[in-house]
Amino acid sequence: MAQREGTYGLLAEFDTPSDLVRAATQARIDGWRRMDCYTPYPVEEAAEAIGFHRNKVPLLTLIGGLMGLAAMFSLETWISVLAYPLNIGGRPTYSWPAFIVPAYEWTILFAGLSAAFGMLALNGLPSLYHPLFNAPNFRDGATTDKFFLCLEALDPKFDVKEARTYLESFHPTSVVEVEY
Amino acid sequence: MATSETKIKQTGAGIDPATGEFLVLGKGQTFRSVTRKISGIVLTPHTPLGWFALFGIGGAVATFLLVAVTWLFLVGTGIWAITQPVAWGFAIINFVWWIGIGHAGTLISAILLLFKQGWRNSINRFAEAMTIFAVVCAGMFPLLHVGRPWLGYWLLPYPSTMNVWPQFRSPLLWDVFAVSTYATISVVFWYIGMIPDFGTMRDRAESKFAQYVYGLLSVGWRGSARHWMRYETASLLLAGLATPLVLSVHTVISFDFAVAVLPGWHTTIFPPYFVAGAIYSGFAMVLTLAIPLRKYYGLDQLVTERHIDNMGKVMLATGGIVAYGYGMEVFMAWYSASHWEAFMMWNRMFGPMGWSYWVLIACNIVIPLSTLWWRKLRTNIGFMFFISLVVNIGMWFERFVIVVTSLYRDFLPSSWGTYRATKWDYMTYVGTLGLFTALFMLFVRFLPMIPMSEIKMMLPAAKIKPKAVEAAD
Repeated sequence: MAQREGTYGLLAEFDTPSDLVRAATQARIDGWRRMDCYTPYPVEEAAEAIGFHRNKVPLLTLIGGLMGLAAMFSLETWISVLAYPLNIGGRPTYSWPAFIVPAYEWTILFAGLSAAFGMLALNGLPSLYHPLFNAPNFRDGATTDKFFLCLEALDPKFDVKEARTYLESFHPTSVVEVEY
Repeated sequence: MATSETKIKQTGAGIDPATGEFLVLGKGQTFRSVTRKISGIVLTPHTPLGWFALFGIGGAVATFLLVAVTWLFLVGTGIWAITQPVAWGFAIINFVWWIGIGHAGTLISAILLLFKQGWRNSINRFAEAMTIFAVVCAGMFPLLHVGRPWLGYWLLPYPSTMNVWPQFRSPLLWDVFAVSTYATISVVFWYIGMIPDFGTMRDRAESKFAQYVYGLLSVGWRGSARHWMRYETASLLLAGLATPLVLSVHTVISFDFAVAVLPGWHTTIFPPYFVAGAIYSGFAMVLTLAIPLRKYYGLDQLVTERHIDNMGKVMLATGGIVAYGYGMEVFMAWYSASHWEAFMMWNRMFGPMGWSYWVLIACNIVIPLSTLWWRKLRTNIGFMFFISLVVNIGMWFERFVIVVTSLYRDFLPSSWGTYRATKWDYMTYVGTLGLFTALFMLFVRFLPMIPMSEIKMMLPAAKIKPKAVEAAD
């Protein structure tokens, strides 16, 4: 369990995505691990810079899709063969080509729901509170036009004073200490 | 050389001098100006009077639907003009028309995303909203058409005390799964797409109430780089899933017709031709909505001539496919050497309801396909608005022709009939137009109608300068 009092981290604000990516890349090279970037739109380079390359959303989607496929196809087979067999012009009860369409739709349905809700779950959302919302400049900028780098206190290298000096070497607009 | 120079002179500022193409976004936009422009439309405490007027008209027209559906519940589907031989009337026509309109929204948000068509970013949000409201209107019709809508859940496979299960070999049941999946995935895709923008709205809102509401809707979005990457993956996957979905939905709807052994319906060209027609009408509806919106809300820097021009091109292409479909129907009527097919085609063109076929040909082929070739006309906003209305009408008549003129004179002349929609048919249809308008106006007022985060990605300021990044190493 993470500590819930004291300092969450130090938040540096940048005006351009290039400055942010440069700072994040350097921080990663200098051994920082517990950090994150905050941007108003997806900046792929920022994720690369903090060493976040792969995610599990595609795997969840695949599993969801296969589950949907299996669920619907077996439901159709069970209904048409066992639960309620209908003899229509002597056609076989296990008429699998006709079952493809609903099974296909459910593959997409389950895969799509898994992608959407899996993404939210992996992101730890919904979480209406986050320490960063305490930072005075975060609210105005993070979803509008500012780019943030946060060095978190959980990083073993973290020391408020040193980290502040370190961040200031990148010439950010401001460096703010964020409380829990 | 000379032509490109004159081009720039003709249209001025909206042109990229390097390519001679229209700019996707107007010049001089910044992250903050884009945010202010788009969120301002929603967050302003002053609702424009025109909004009230349109919402009022939409709401008033939607009451027709309420009245018509109430009477339908009390009396039954006998109030509609459906009978033998035309058992599928307005309900199915409107169902197919509405769901087809919805398809352009998915096409813009999913297929164009996969093709990396950046210009779609300005229009995808309200195209998706259009999809959802169109599906709302569409879904109502088959449900009402079953006669006892309150038993609509009988369509679903569930363990009932009657021990009866659905028949999975019927395209009508496939429809249930196709349309319900389509509605669900469209809503999810739309909502997921709005989460970052809800975050922006939460942060820009001044009133406490708006902060709470948008805060809840944003599920605490804070724009973390890790979150963004998962979000981008999920969006891409949803787009990849929605693409085969949208193609399958209209394919399944065309199966409703094509599986029936009836001249005019029983044909293998239906799936592709239905899908192309759906996209054709959908883009027309996007234009019908986008042109007044950009003018009224001053969004012409975000929805530029480039968008109008590109949508015109898509319509030209899909209109061409539709025209091929019409041509093939006529060809097959002759080539099949089937007496019934030939008669159906002759009757469709020259029978008592032949006028509807020629309305369709004029609206879907003659007018759009003779004009959309010219870039000058494609970028003429007033003309494109006109074309969009023409195609909407034409595509409605396409469904009318397919449903009615295939049915009203069948194999036995003794059972021939005709079809004349009743006032209840018209009220239900017009009512859904009102409902669609009212819902769309609510969307425009309360939700960000252009995706801010996606627009920001396209601004010049979003470019990462490789030199600046390398300098640190």
